[in-house]
Amino acid sequence: MTRFQTAFTANRSALVCFITAGDGDTAANLDALVEGGADVIELGMPFTDPMADGPAIQAANLRSLAAGTKTADVLRMAEDFRERHPDISLVLMGYANPMVRRGPEWFADAAAKAGVDGVICVDLAPEEDQDLGPALRAKGICPIRLATPTTDAKRLPRVLDGSSGFLYYVSVAGITGKQQAAIGSIEENVARIKQHTDLPVAVGFGVRTPDQAAAIARVADGVVIGSALIDIVAELGNHAPDKLRELVSSLAKAVHDARKDPA
Amino acid sequence: MTEQNLNSFRNQPDERGHFGQFGGRYVAETLMPLILDLEAEYTKAKNDPAFHAEFEDLLTHYVGRPSPMYFAPRLTEELGGAQVWFKRDELNHTGAHKINNCIGQILLAIRMGKTKIIAETGAGQHGVATATVCARFGLPCTIFMGATDVARQAPNVFRMKLLGAEVVPVTSGAATLKDAMNEALRHWVANVHDTFYIIGTAAGPHPYPELVRDFQSVIGTEARAQLLERTGRLPDLLVAAIGGGSNAIGLFHPFLDDPSVKMLGVEAAGHGLDKQHAASLAGGFPGILHGNKTYLLQDEDGQIAEAHSISAGLDYPGIGPEHAWLKETGRVEYTSITDTEALEGFKLLCRTEGIIPALEPSHAIAAVAKVAPTMPKDAIICANLCGRGDKDIFTVAEALGVEM
Repeated sequence: MTRFQTAFTANRSALVCFITAGDGDTAANLDALVEGGADVIELGMPFTDPMADGPAIQAANLRSLAAGTKTADVLRMAEDFRERHPDISLVLMGYANPMVRRGPEWFADAAAKAGVDGVICVDLAPEEDQDLGPALRAKGICPIRLATPTTDAKRLPRVLDGSSGFLYYVSVAGITGKQQAAIGSIEENVARIKQHTDLPVAVGFGVRTPDQAAAIARVADGVVIGSALIDIVAELGNHAPDKLRELVSSLAKAVHDARKDPA
Repeated sequence: MTEQNLNSFRNQPDERGHFGQFGGRYVAETLMPLILDLEAEYTKAKNDPAFHAEFEDLLTHYVGRPSPMYFAPRLTEELGGAQVWFKRDELNHTGAHKINNCIGQILLAIRMGKTKIIAETGAGQHGVATATVCARFGLPCTIFMGATDVARQAPNVFRMKLLGAEVVPVTSGAATLKDAMNEALRHWVANVHDTFYIIGTAAGPHPYPELVRDFQSVIGTEARAQLLERTGRLPDLLVAAIGGGSNAIGLFHPFLDDPSVKMLGVEAAGHGLDKQHAASLAGGFPGILHGNKTYLLQDEDGQIAEAHSISAGLDYPGIGPEHAWLKETGRVEYTSITDTEALEGFKLLCRTEGIIPALEPSHAIAAVAKVAPTMPKDAIICANLCGRGDKDIFTVAEALGVEM
């Protein structure tokens, strides 16, 4: 079994947690997420121009870069995480330019050596897969694609072709950290996507509370939390781990137990 | 396909929007369906005589085209070499070439049933042109503009507001054109269902670089016919300033398959190529930003550098992908001009021809001043005077140490 298969088991939904690398004490923050019960970690690679992100994650990117975070540092954080947590899925998430700067083969090789399971490249449309996809697949790393409310039935196969690991359903046409979609629309879209693929479908954008997370966990294979965690790092800096662990524990319980409720 | 077509420099991009290795569609998934819709609609519009007729009618009666082709006698005499001609796109309605593209894109927006318009702007010329066409067609308009540019281009901010646009100052990053474009993309992602994004330069995801070039090619098509009529032959050299590169590609493209016509694109060297500048071809590397692959000012980790130019319209760390391709093929030569040299070009044209140019074409004028003396007197240079300088007088006064 791959780590993704372990994370997305059939009988419960998985909790996927995003934080930006180099923002605060990343190693301690990552440990807190795992201790809280995260099944998949998305480690954000900071970029000067995070054009799909809202104010919270934009600010996290800039804090990280201002602290001097380099690509080599992000890869080292991933490698150290893999040593401490051999069983937790690890995904690098970010924008195309930092990933392709030294060539796709260089990046895929470095990510594989760091023990990364998957890569989400926000601005690499399936139409431009040649820039990263073949290099990742050659190293056994899953290119994880995003589907959105605007990805219609005609386009969905294009998105799924070459995707692996899981599919990230962005529930809101918008940027990160904004309002949440209605649960009815999420359920409908996840069901529609699952007619076309056996990949697990994780749902993100705008999820902040255990109640929201539980509602999504009843209809999707995974729930992604990002901005709510970033807000804690923004507020507490190097003292974020305790609060992160606390929030992730409540989210993990909600997500993992959602299907046990007599809903 | 004939052999001539295969060798043409005018048949880019390919069906995936690539100019060689450059261009493409690097956007978040939310935008992809809309980008594909836009491509389909543009393909239809290109083959629709009614679309062309409406575009041309507006260019004639609203914009004031064709713009004149002007021989600059005193500048030519002072430089002592090639004849210098100017394509007078600064005489267009709104005072720059930007309006050509805005007319084309708002007609596309209306065809697509979009009811709201957004745009980014640096110097404010594209913002003013967008606000203008929105007023003309009665569509609400939101302009994203870096807070730094809002401060240094106050007259254009006021113009946009007079025309009914909402101007949103963007404070992220260095608060200039790059950040305005990020914010426009963020707004667009959340409003794709009813909003059309009028991109101001020949960059961004396919099909923008192609359609902006096509709308701006009216500059080169007119220039070619005017020069043939007035001088009986093609020019020896075309010169144009480049930020994103829309006025330059508009002038160059209709001449690309005329082998005798050399072309010079002029980037902004800011404080100097070894200091802060905006010359992405001279000082950058291929990378991915704002929907396309092109030359970008960036560090070894792919983090985008802040550009600098005295000209807000050139103050951008990237360049349109077709220019990146034309550089690599060698068809067009690219050079750069510093802030100081551009100010000299600005003053030179004021003094010799009674024309106050914008700081953007002042870069082209400075390049002409360098190259014209090295060419014979029967040679012909045509430079694009892509904007007028009224908006820049405060910036120039400050740079020259004059209190107003």
